[in-house]
Amino acid sequence: MTITRRRGVLLGASALAVALAATACGSSSSGGGKSSSGSSQAASVSDADLQAALSAGGNLTVWAWEPTLKKVVADFQTKYPKVHVNLVNAGTGNDEYKALQNAVQAGKGVPDVAHIEYYALPQFELTKSVVNLDQFGAAALNGTFTPGPWNSVQADGGVYGLPMDSGPMALFYNQTVFTKFGITTPPATWDEYIADAKKIHAADPSVYITNDTGDAGFTTSMIWQAGGKPYSVSGTTVGVNFAGDAGTQKFATAWQQLIDGHDLSPVSAWSDAWYQGMAAGKIASLTIGAWMPSSLESGVKSGSGQWRVAPMPQWTAGGKVTSENGGSSLAVMKASTNQKLAYAFLKYATVDEGAQTRVDNGAFPATVKQLNSPDFLNKTDPYFGDQKINQVLAQSASEVAPGWSYLPFQVYANSIFNDTAGKAYIGGSSLADGLKAWQDASIKYGKDQGFTVK
Amino acid sequence: MTTETVRPRRPRNSTPPIRAKARRAPLKRRKSLTLTVLCTVMLVYSLLPLAWLAINATKSQQNLFNSFGLWFKGFGFFSNLGDTFSYEHHIFARWLLNTLLYVVVGAGGATLLATLAGYGLAKFDFVGKKAVFATVIGAVAVPATALAVPTFLMFSKMGLTDTPWAIIIPSLISPFGLYLMWTFSAEAVPAEIMESARMDGAGEFRTFFSVSLPLLGPGIVTVLLFNVVTTWNNYFLPLIMLKNQDWYPLTLGLSTWNDQAHTAGGDVVFNLVITGSLVTIIPLIAAFLLLQRYWQSGLSAGSVKG
Amino acid sequence: MASPPLDLARPRRRAGRRRGSLAGWKFVSPFMALFALVFLAPIGYSIYLSLYKTQLIGGTHFVGLQNYSDALKDSQFWTSFSRVALFLVIQVPIMLGLALFLALAIDSGRLYGAAFFRISVFMPYAVPAVVATLMWSFMYGTQFGLVRDIDKHFGVTLPDPLSPHLILASIGNIVTWEWVGYNMLILYSALRVVNPSLYEAAAIEGAGQWRIIWSIKLPALRPAIVIATIFSIIGSFQLFNEPSILKHLAPNAITTYYTPNYYAYSLSFDGQQFNYSATVAIIMGVVTMIIAYAVQLRGIRKAV
Repeated sequence: MTITRRRGVLLGASALAVALAATACGSSSSGGGKSSSGSSQAASVSDADLQAALSAGGNLTVWAWEPTLKKVVADFQTKYPKVHVNLVNAGTGNDEYKALQNAVQAGKGVPDVAHIEYYALPQFELTKSVVNLDQFGAAALNGTFTPGPWNSVQADGGVYGLPMDSGPMALFYNQTVFTKFGITTPPATWDEYIADAKKIHAADPSVYITNDTGDAGFTTSMIWQAGGKPYSVSGTTVGVNFAGDAGTQKFATAWQQLIDGHDLSPVSAWSDAWYQGMAAGKIASLTIGAWMPSSLESGVKSGSGQWRVAPMPQWTAGGKVTSENGGSSLAVMKASTNQKLAYAFLKYATVDEGAQTRVDNGAFPATVKQLNSPDFLNKTDPYFGDQKINQVLAQSASEVAPGWSYLPFQVYANSIFNDTAGKAYIGGSSLADGLKAWQDASIKYGKDQGFTVK
Repeated sequence: MTTETVRPRRPRNSTPPIRAKARRAPLKRRKSLTLTVLCTVMLVYSLLPLAWLAINATKSQQNLFNSFGLWFKGFGFFSNLGDTFSYEHHIFARWLLNTLLYVVVGAGGATLLATLAGYGLAKFDFVGKKAVFATVIGAVAVPATALAVPTFLMFSKMGLTDTPWAIIIPSLISPFGLYLMWTFSAEAVPAEIMESARMDGAGEFRTFFSVSLPLLGPGIVTVLLFNVVTTWNNYFLPLIMLKNQDWYPLTLGLSTWNDQAHTAGGDVVFNLVITGSLVTIIPLIAAFLLLQRYWQSGLSAGSVKG
Repeated sequence: MASPPLDLARPRRRAGRRRGSLAGWKFVSPFMALFALVFLAPIGYSIYLSLYKTQLIGGTHFVGLQNYSDALKDSQFWTSFSRVALFLVIQVPIMLGLALFLALAIDSGRLYGAAFFRISVFMPYAVPAVVATLMWSFMYGTQFGLVRDIDKHFGVTLPDPLSPHLILASIGNIVTWEWVGYNMLILYSALRVVNPSLYEAAAIEGAGQWRIIWSIKLPALRPAIVIATIFSIIGSFQLFNEPSILKHLAPNAITTYYTPNYYAYSLSFDGQQFNYSATVAIIMGVVTMIIAYAVQLRGIRKAV
């Protein structure tokens, strides 16, 4: 039985309804939308307690690489002058997790608050490095966040972080390039996408519809959208099944066509060549999380006015299913000596004023309030030809397929993706076989680490 | 002593310069074109990637992506340079100073320790000498990346992480420097010179500083140069030990800038990374030019060779 | 042809009487004290770690030599080991050969602009690793890099340097590029401390350049060559930086167990398998030490 999954479904339905009520809440009850089981801790800290902690002040160390947090921290300190926040960039993603694990192991130098992506959070929860925020009344925030992210911060009947941003997927494409190759409407289904990919590459072998050298995050997001549920997690019992997962096979079959036709640019995401490829119009589109606009604007300046956003292509014509790609949370570390204050900061940054500040500075919100605000939805951006891209992205956020979960050792699993599934991209095996190899290697690690593997 | 007759040209006072010149001169005249051409091939091989670095330091972020890598497009070097130093409240200057601190204390100290120890190993017989050799080689043979976590945990317990000491203390040990100094000392310091100093009543340390040290000049400079570059480019250790950007060395700082391109909403500044890297290399070139004269002349062993 | 004066180099090493234990230790002990802290203590700790196993579920328990027997049966470990062994056999001789050639050329005095060569060849060593990825991404790039430009310009199709079957050679190229100058300087410095009267004596004997190289310079270089070889062997076995730089560009060709050191790193940092990582590191340390020691013994025997 998987707790998070069920809650995801439940919350999906009620999320929008309770949105505004939740942000204003001062509830100290633990229940909220909680369904089943688990050792639900009763909230022992009230909102008044948090206010008291903020007034009393103190020092907080926050590890985060998210650029918009700088402004949030500055505002926070202005509002609560007795709190001093030391914002440290301890590395991006995996580098930070490594540092965090080292610090936790040493028992020294652990920050109060850490920035952790959704896929990595279960690992820190499992090792009891982050605290269950239920004790501060986090469960009452149910409905404040969109379902995908809210689902992602929960495990085993607790809330282990507050969602900071989310990455519902969409198709970002260079309209100028598409038009040049006679593609007037962006592909609505993956079949159309594959056809367009082949069309583009056949017309000009130096141009590709997208790049892919094998990316664990992208692959899992694609499988997620295809309705796949390769991972099952219940406490310390885990299951990994790509080989027998219909969604996985759907994705693998489709993508194999692009790999076989050499229709994918062999350039890794986030490399300089990647930016270069987009700037030169050689990489025509990205199916990626909603946080992408600011990266495009910063990294691909010359693409201004050319890019557009369309809904994520569907597996069935007329479908309305998306998935999350990336996104991250803020968590309170167990080693923090001022957890109450740390939580107060979390709430400020993700729910209260901070949420708006971050959206204003280009982040994609995980909060229902910001996501549904007319200001946000009607914002236009010359980079995207004054398209109201947030409407597409917000729509995607509401269509995220429920029921996905990551492994409690996803950081490791992702690190070996290219050892196994990656072989498919260099002609070493088929993608389906590669994913099976990934499955086997993940299971081997799980067993070795003492998990019960189904 | 018989040794005096065997090695007549190494008295404590250096040989008269005229003789030295005369000895070396015939070799210097005959330049070989073939040899120069062969070496030029190696030169191009070595410099081509550096040319890329220098050329691209003149490009704006945008031109970086839409121009040929080995030719110029626009000239934005000075604007890049200005941006590099002013970006994020002049933190680059701070990183530069940190790096200098680590290099002066770390590389300087490492060279001193390696010289003392290498000389001790080369010039004295003592119990445990073989063990020293085996221990040092053995320890160096264990991959450092695997020792990073244990070292971090130890330093953390000692309260050294996130302080300059976490970088400086490990930099003070250069096993390679030790072996080089061992080799050089064996070659460069004749036992009879030490012997005569001792006969004059000098203690071992005085002998070392007044007699042996000058003879070790070229070796020391080589080891110092290696240590400077190693410390200057030290990346892995600071990555693990430091979280506070105020203590970052240049390498780690530049890497942080580079990583901004790997995250949503990050400011993509490859142009600053490239310019910053070029700026990082320049002090090393200066150090090299400054130190290289010690191979040619000046100190005693070198002067003999002209 | 062997002329007596050329043998003058030999007695020097044995001449003179050595002083006692205490003075020697006085010189060596500052180094050794810090060395114990920075190297020996973490190694001791690693040996300790290698006898345990920590799991995400179930905590830590003593396993004796279990990790060692696992490692010796681990195909990923052996794959990575044979890869660096192959690398060592091919790359190290090429690199040291080039370094020796350059050192002799620059020292010969027969080169135009020797000082310029000396610094230029050494410069690659000073390039920070962070920019190396950007740089090699250009050099090796088939999409936007130099390889593409050459292809386009000359109408050829060069093989992809980042493809799985060429990537080891591409790594070898980077390592050689980076370290030739470094090794050249070691050998060059060793030549600078050679006693010049030997050349004079040889000249009087009428020996030519090749004869001087063969009979004076090479024997004098032997200790430096031995040290450079030992450290190149260690460097090969610890190959890490270059694969990790190229991992960004060729994620599938470079596995997380591409070299033993990379494997130890991945185990420790990605997999939190500190115990097994320590075991791999210790095994590599022992193997490397044995080989390095053998080279040293051989080097000494030949020299004396």
